[in-house]
Amino acid sequence: MLDVGRHPNIELLAYSEVENVEGEAGDFKVTVRRKTRYVEEDKCTGCGACAEKCPTVVPDAFNEGLGDRRAIYSYFAQGIPSTHTIDPDHCRQLNGKKCGICAKTCQAEAINFDKEDRIVELNVGAIIVAAGYDVFDPGRIPEYRYNEIPNVVTAIEFERLLSASGPTGGHMDRPSDRAVVAEIEALEKKVRKSQKALDKLEEKFNEPSAAFYKKFQAGQYQDDEDRQKWADKYAAHLAVIEPLEELKKKAAGFTVAKRLAFIQCVGSRDFRFYPFCSGYCCMHSIKEAMIAHEHEPETTSSIFGMDIRAVGKGFEEYKIRGGNNSNITYVRGRVAEITEGPNNNPIVTYEDTRERKVKSQEFDMVVLATACAPIKGIAALAKTVGVELDKYNFIKTSSLSPVDTTTPGIFVCGCAESPMDVPESVAQASSAAERAAEIAFQPELEKEKAVA
Amino acid sequence: MPDKKEDIRIGVFLCHCGSNIAGYLNMEELEEFSKKLPHVTFVQRNLYSCSEGGINEIKKGIKEQNLNRVVVASCTPRTHEPLFRSSCGEAGLNPYLFEMVNIRDQCSWVHMQEKEDGTTKAKDLIRMGVAKAALLEPQEPIMSEVQIRALVIGGGIAGMTATLAFANRGYEVVLVEKEEALGGMLNHLSKLGPTMTDASALAEEKVRAVTGHSKITVFTKAKVTLVQGFIGKYKVDIETESGNKNIDIGVIVVATGGRAFVPEGLYGYDGKRVITQLELEVLLKNGLASAIKNVVMIQCVGSRNEERPYCSRICCQTAVKNAMLIREQNPDAKVSILYRDMQMYGVENEEMFRDSKVKRVRYINYDPANPPEVEPDNVRVYHALLGRDMDLAADLVVLSTPIVAQDDANVVSQLLRVPIDENGFFMEGHVKLKPLDFATSGIFLCGSARFPANIREAVAQGLGAASRASIPLAKGSVVVEPIISVLANEDACRGCGLCVALCPYGALEIQNTEKGRKVHVIDVACKGCGVCAATCYQHALSINSFTDKQIEAQVEAFLN
Ligand SMILES: Cc1cc2nc3c(=O)[nH]c(=O)nc-3n(C[C@H](O)[C@H](O)[C@H](O)COP(=O)(O)OP(=O)(O)OC[C@H]3O[C@@H](n4cnc5c(N)ncnc54)[C@H](O)[C@@H]3O)c2cc1C
Ligand SMILES: Cc1cc2nc3c(=O)[nH]c(=O)nc-3n(C[C@H](O)[C@H](O)[C@H](O)COP(=O)(O)OP(=O)(O)OC[C@H]3O[C@@H](n4cnc5c(N)ncnc54)[C@H](O)[C@@H]3O)c2cc1C
Ligand code: SF4
Repeated sequence: MLDVGRHPNIELLAYSEVENVEGEAGDFKVTVRRKTRYVEEDKCTGCGACAEKCPTVVPDAFNEGLGDRRAIYSYFAQGIPSTHTIDPDHCRQLNGKKCGICAKTCQAEAINFDKEDRIVELNVGAIIVAAGYDVFDPGRIPEYRYNEIPNVVTAIEFERLLSASGPTGGHMDRPSDRAVVAEIEALEKKVRKSQKALDKLEEKFNEPSAAFYKKFQAGQYQDDEDRQKWADKYAAHLAVIEPLEELKKKAAGFTVAKRLAFIQCVGSRDFRFYPFCSGYCCMHSIKEAMIAHEHEPETTSSIFGMDIRAVGKGFEEYKIRGGNNSNITYVRGRVAEITEGPNNNPIVTYEDTRERKVKSQEFDMVVLATACAPIKGIAALAKTVGVELDKYNFIKTSSLSPVDTTTPGIFVCGCAESPMDVPESVAQASSAAERAAEIAFQPELEKEKAVA
Repeated sequence: MPDKKEDIRIGVFLCHCGSNIAGYLNMEELEEFSKKLPHVTFVQRNLYSCSEGGINEIKKGIKEQNLNRVVVASCTPRTHEPLFRSSCGEAGLNPYLFEMVNIRDQCSWVHMQEKEDGTTKAKDLIRMGVAKAALLEPQEPIMSEVQIRALVIGGGIAGMTATLAFANRGYEVVLVEKEEALGGMLNHLSKLGPTMTDASALAEEKVRAVTGHSKITVFTKAKVTLVQGFIGKYKVDIETESGNKNIDIGVIVVATGGRAFVPEGLYGYDGKRVITQLELEVLLKNGLASAIKNVVMIQCVGSRNEERPYCSRICCQTAVKNAMLIREQNPDAKVSILYRDMQMYGVENEEMFRDSKVKRVRYINYDPANPPEVEPDNVRVYHALLGRDMDLAADLVVLSTPIVAQDDANVVSQLLRVPIDENGFFMEGHVKLKPLDFATSGIFLCGSARFPANIREAVAQGLGAASRASIPLAKGSVVVEPIISVLANEDACRGCGLCVALCPYGALEIQNTEKGRKVHVIDVACKGCGVCAATCYQHALSINSFTDKQIEAQVEAFLN
């Protein structure tokens, strides 16, 4: 990313959308909408002081909603450009309320609430589409109960949990436990607030609330209005404290997730959704299980799959290492359903095709290896750019010209073409660059010919 | 020496980074502290040193204060060093008289709760930076011309694709193939999955394009025998039928492919009833005998075992393809594939896999601990789902063997001084981020020479390798940062070659000089990693801007 940001021959138009493409190979006119960030990009230094002060808290899409960010934010810490962006859906100032705290905080004077979208026209010789993929929504598979069981997460959510810079700082805290902890925090806040009010009343009447309340319940002060309010407040306070103590007791028993299940082909190799194999998910499950084991050596993982497709360079060796050193068991079979057992523990029911038995096993957390789905908006993008899609909505190519789309001068690479892992995406990116360069430099060749 | 030091005028710029640094460290104290350091003649604090204003202040300082060394104490050199360096250059100061001190990522950010201790640490860091800055020497970027001609070794589909890509960009290419004909593995195959393209037709089409192109010189039955030089300036000896050639080359692509493993002694392999997929390809090409009614294929023969732990990626697709071709030629033939995992990754393969099931190819999983047995008329396999042994009639048994490295891969590896991995495949610079580059500049790889690849992948990689290799060709020269290894003390060098063996970039060589065997640094190939200087027990090698003296000065400054 850094290299892209720094290269003198690269003009980076982030936070932008292609709106129109005209012309032909060697001479395309591309219209790009540069969406406003409400931040002057050349002034913003990315220091983040604004986000520290912004009062509006929003779920963080980068952390798969598992953490929070502010209405002014940088997409993620290492993002290039490091420019911050105001989220117009949530910013108070942009929604007619009085705020502007970020503008006051910013010492670089980069905030500009009046900044509008800009339209840029580009003239280019060739186009490369590298719009990537989306993760399949496992909520569509009812028997896996992704939306109902909190401790069933997707692989990408699990990546965020594993990340040292993620919402849990790399601890394998279970979502159900995190929800309880969040509830405790909310209740504690409430308690602190009511305690403050009670403190004032105690001072006023010079008596502890508990002692007073006993008397009140015994029938004293029934026609004293102020004391009546005090009693109500105290009752409400108690009503919070009790569940809070319960929750705290529960939370004291929480440990990180140690028994993990990884379920392969969630939405892939499945006729109801995507019949194809997503290629990279076997490896990322092994990788995630290995990292989880590095974080917590007691972790055991079961990977449930039809085949474990470790086909890249060094992959089979990696898979075997995972089995030998990281407590990974590979289970051949398809998972029939996931239910919720005691302590929010998911229970996986599957058919063990080796032993020919239906079995159930309890885990702390289940990770779904979701399919590589065509990216949302790909149909619109393909139409704008003028290329055809295949029957799954990936950009159409052929085996013998793997990065050429159906339109000359327009090329594709990475998961926009079909599911593939990082090394293959990188290799394909070079292939697409080659094809594009052949076009982009063509006019020069022709000029040479004309002269000769 | 001491009187020379008098002239050194160091400017220290302390960046607040908004509140990222200033919020956690005592900047006034750092300013006062810096002013008292030796040779420091100017200290300034900036809100953002990297902003336009901040940069102008640095430039102004250089000009007005006559600074001849600049230290910026701010964030990380990973993102900002190039900017500060070039700004110094713009103000007329040699860019290598600049030193960066990281008081943010490695100080204020990690000591947010400890203002006092954090400030003390920042002082240490600045003192060290200043001590080093005083000893910095000017450097000039290193430039070297590039011979605009590529060499491709290996004329399979990957090599031919790379060759055509170079030629289409207008570059001259020399293609060296050791066999009589171009085409590689394609020459031995019938139809290519998943599209069922005719392999010979594809090979012919490519060969025609390659041999007909004016920019391409093809040598078949030829061998590269010597490679000297470095990126942009290789001298390559090629042994051809028409005599030896010596050609100047700018960049090199390795596309030597692989060969199909021959399973001598496995599963009763005899080349007649028990054959390999490669041998089956020939039968299919010529038309399968109609007597063949029962075919059993066994996967992972010679792969995914102790000796050859890797999965060869393409044999499962090959088996599925050939199973369908058998059913096409002999519609009532029964074909069973005994497998461990069907590696039909991706969109096209999985589609072909499904298609084959519709066409009634049978799949039976086997456990390597309990492998199938080939008997005179049948193959016996333990069927896990049925829970018992099964006998499958077999008048043809096809073994799916892996693609293994070429026998002479190590020769090529030595010629080019590039590494091969434990399986004999060529090893890329970085498995994830540089799949088609060697660590050594100027040499690239693609196709099955890197790791078994199917045609789609071999073509993509051929294009990709050509793309990577075209960068120096397009620029016409290579410019590298002068922070590289130099033979600072030639007399000390004993020519032992320890450093040469350890250099990951092939940037060192031993030369016979008047003074005897001495190491020579190929400056454009050196990446300044420092392995050689750290290894040399004679302290003959040194890294520019990281000399022993400079590092020692930093250590001393820290200890004081
Ligand atoms: C959980 C998980 C773990 C993984 N782990 C690994 C791993 O360990 N190793 C590995 O090799 N691979 C791994 N992968 C696979 C890896 O993510 C992909 O191979 C890789 O990201 C593909 O790169 P890409 O550039 O094609 O697509 P993406 O990474 O999806 O990038 C596409 C980019 O295009 C942008 N974009 C989309 N539409 C538009 C538009 N209309 N206009 C402008 N921009 C647009 C997107 O915002 C995005 O920035 C993992 C995948 C998952 C899901
Ligand atoms: C049985 C079988 C069936 C297959 N079927 C399919 C299929 O249906 N579909 C598909 O997509 N793929 C298939 N493949 C894979 C396909 O063959 C490879 O993808 C492809 O051949 C790889 O091309 P390459 O150029 O990398 O290597 P190769 O084809 O191996 O070519 C390498 C070339 O380099 C030459 N060479 C080697 N060393 C030197 C040297 N030192 N100096 C000079 N020249 C040298 C060789 O002689 C050869 O000509 C099959 C492979 C096998 C074994
Ligand atoms: S591709 Fe299939 S046959 Fe070949 S090694 Fe891998 S699993 Fe075995």
